[in-house]
Amino acid sequence: MRNYLAIMTKELHNLFVSPIAYVLIGVFFALTGYFFYMILVNVIDFTMQQAFQAQQFGTSTPPFDASAAVMRGFFSVLSTLLLFLVPVMTMGVLAEEKKQGTIELLLTSPLTHLQLILGKYTALVVLLLVMLVPTMFNSLLLYFLSEPSPPLATLLVGYLGAFLLGGALLATGLFVSSLTENQIVAAVLTFGVFIILWVIDAAAGTGTTLTSETIRYLSILNHYDDFTKGVLDSQHLFFYLSFIFLGLFLTSVSLDSSNWRQ
Amino acid sequence: MIQVEHLTKRYGSHTAVEDVSFEVRKGEILGFLGPNGAGKTTTMRILSGFFPATEGRAIVAGFDVFKQPLEVKRRLGYLPENPPLYGEMSVNSYLRFVANIKGVDRAQVGSRLEEVKIRCGLAEEGPRLIKQLSKGYKQRVGLAQALIHDPEILILDEPTIGLDPRQIIEVRELIKSLAGTHTVILSTHILPEVSMTCQRVIIINKGKIVAVDTPENLTGQLAGGETIELEIGGSVDNIVALLQEIPGVKSVSVGERKNDHNPVCVETEGAKNVRHLIAQKVIGSGLELYQLRTRSISLEEVFVQLTTEEEAKEEAVEGEGK
Ligand SMILES: Nc1ncnc2c1ncn2[C@@H]1O[C@H](COP(=O)(O)OP(=O)(O)OP(=O)(O)O)[C@@H](O)[C@H]1O
Ligand SMILES: [Mg+2]
Repeated sequence: MRNYLAIMTKELHNLFVSPIAYVLIGVFFALTGYFFYMILVNVIDFTMQQAFQAQQFGTSTPPFDASAAVMRGFFSVLSTLLLFLVPVMTMGVLAEEKKQGTIELLLTSPLTHLQLILGKYTALVVLLLVMLVPTMFNSLLLYFLSEPSPPLATLLVGYLGAFLLGGALLATGLFVSSLTENQIVAAVLTFGVFIILWVIDAAAGTGTTLTSETIRYLSILNHYDDFTKGVLDSQHLFFYLSFIFLGLFLTSVSLDSSNWRQ
Repeated sequence: MIQVEHLTKRYGSHTAVEDVSFEVRKGEILGFLGPNGAGKTTTMRILSGFFPATEGRAIVAGFDVFKQPLEVKRRLGYLPENPPLYGEMSVNSYLRFVANIKGVDRAQVGSRLEEVKIRCGLAEEGPRLIKQLSKGYKQRVGLAQALIHDPEILILDEPTIGLDPRQIIEVRELIKSLAGTHTVILSTHILPEVSMTCQRVIIINKGKIVAVDTPENLTGQLAGGETIELEIGGSVDNIVALLQEIPGVKSVSVGERKNDHNPVCVETEGAKNVRHLIAQKVIGSGLELYQLRTRSISLEEVFVQLTTEEEAKEEAVEGEGK
């Protein structure tokens, strides 16, 4: 426990003394704010148009939940931004230790891989939380000002989804960072993996064969959809948690085997 | 305390360390000597548990490095070739971090920190950022890091590199003061360092051990006799024959005459001292003796001799093969 805390604290220190953390937090907040505004304007336009049409043709407006539409749009923006920003968060976490030779200190100290990897991973998760929390400002705005307001549960489920998605992406990034000692290579490689995980369901098509269903199952954003609708499904929860577990496990294997080869 | 048996490490097809076996007793300081690329760092990395050997076994402090790495790591301080430092941390917070992951008793972290800083000449540097320190000070922080948990065993890869002469002496004193209570393996290129600090030396070349002995024995064993340099005034035509008569003299050679001084070089065999006989002979034959001094073989020469002998042998073997 003490080792784990020591690693986590050190990692947080490293993340937050570098300007990268603040740039990430700032950019994330600014972009989510901007897109939130855009989505809001679009949805308002759309409802106005519908209302106008309904008036002109004397029909009644079809039922349309504007605030739910805004939230869905907003959460899909969050996920897209995470795909771009997570590689920057994870790129240095192990690659830089290798490059600077500090990995020699860590691997010759009485630490288990579990303590080392969990310590680093938790620090990344903390950074993710620090990035996500300010963006709640937007959704809370909607919650308090819109009429009818979106149910609070929907908001929370959406955020849980973003958090789990981010966690899965971080675990993947951590693993990739353990493969190289070059931060830039790690970032580009991580982003490449994300793109594949993202578009994989397009590749699978709409077939119902086992392979295409499996491939679709692996698409990391497919599982996110339900969360953005405010639906909490244990199947998706299970998917993300196993994804995180797999990422951390592979990191441990990679730490071992890179040592064997060196 | 440390027992190494048939250690071999291959990087792909390249063999960095081959069938190395040695032992270090408790409280002993062992010097690891060898030219660049000899395999010193590789051996030390294996012993510290950084990576496993391809073959062989290493027992450190009673535990197998590959089977019970945590037990070994708890008892071991390791200074890698490049000190493993986080530039963005201050000296204090870095050392505190290392103390935590090395398992120093919580209550003692503060006092260990102060002690180690004083021992390594860092008393004033505590709040400074590591990236702002000079190379020598970084090396000191590296050393402090290895000492922080007061480990039974220390593995130091070139501990004095980058230090100024005064600090080199201080670090050597520090290492010597560890003898008896701590077991130390250190690697170095600086040969006098070995004779000054180490009780035993291992000379390693191209991944193989070529000699293990005390520094004194190593120089003595190879010397097997002395080289005596003389400067003689006057005609030296007969002196060669005269000196050769002395029992124990192996060969005599006369150098080129310089302002009426003839440099003469006498090589002796055996441990017998014949210097006074040489002096008598020279003066007895009416010549002027300006200088008589022994040139003892330095560790440098032993080193060069051993590491080139090995190459010559290898070449001979290769020649036979063809
Ligand atoms: N990561 C690596 N991959 C491949 N070969 C390596 C690696 N590290 C070291 N070697 C090779 O192993 C051999 C031994 O290297 P090592 O670093 O142990 O030498 P050394 O005795 O410490 O040398 P120096 O005095 O220069 O520090 C060298 O031939 C080196 O090229
Ligand atoms: Mg070396």
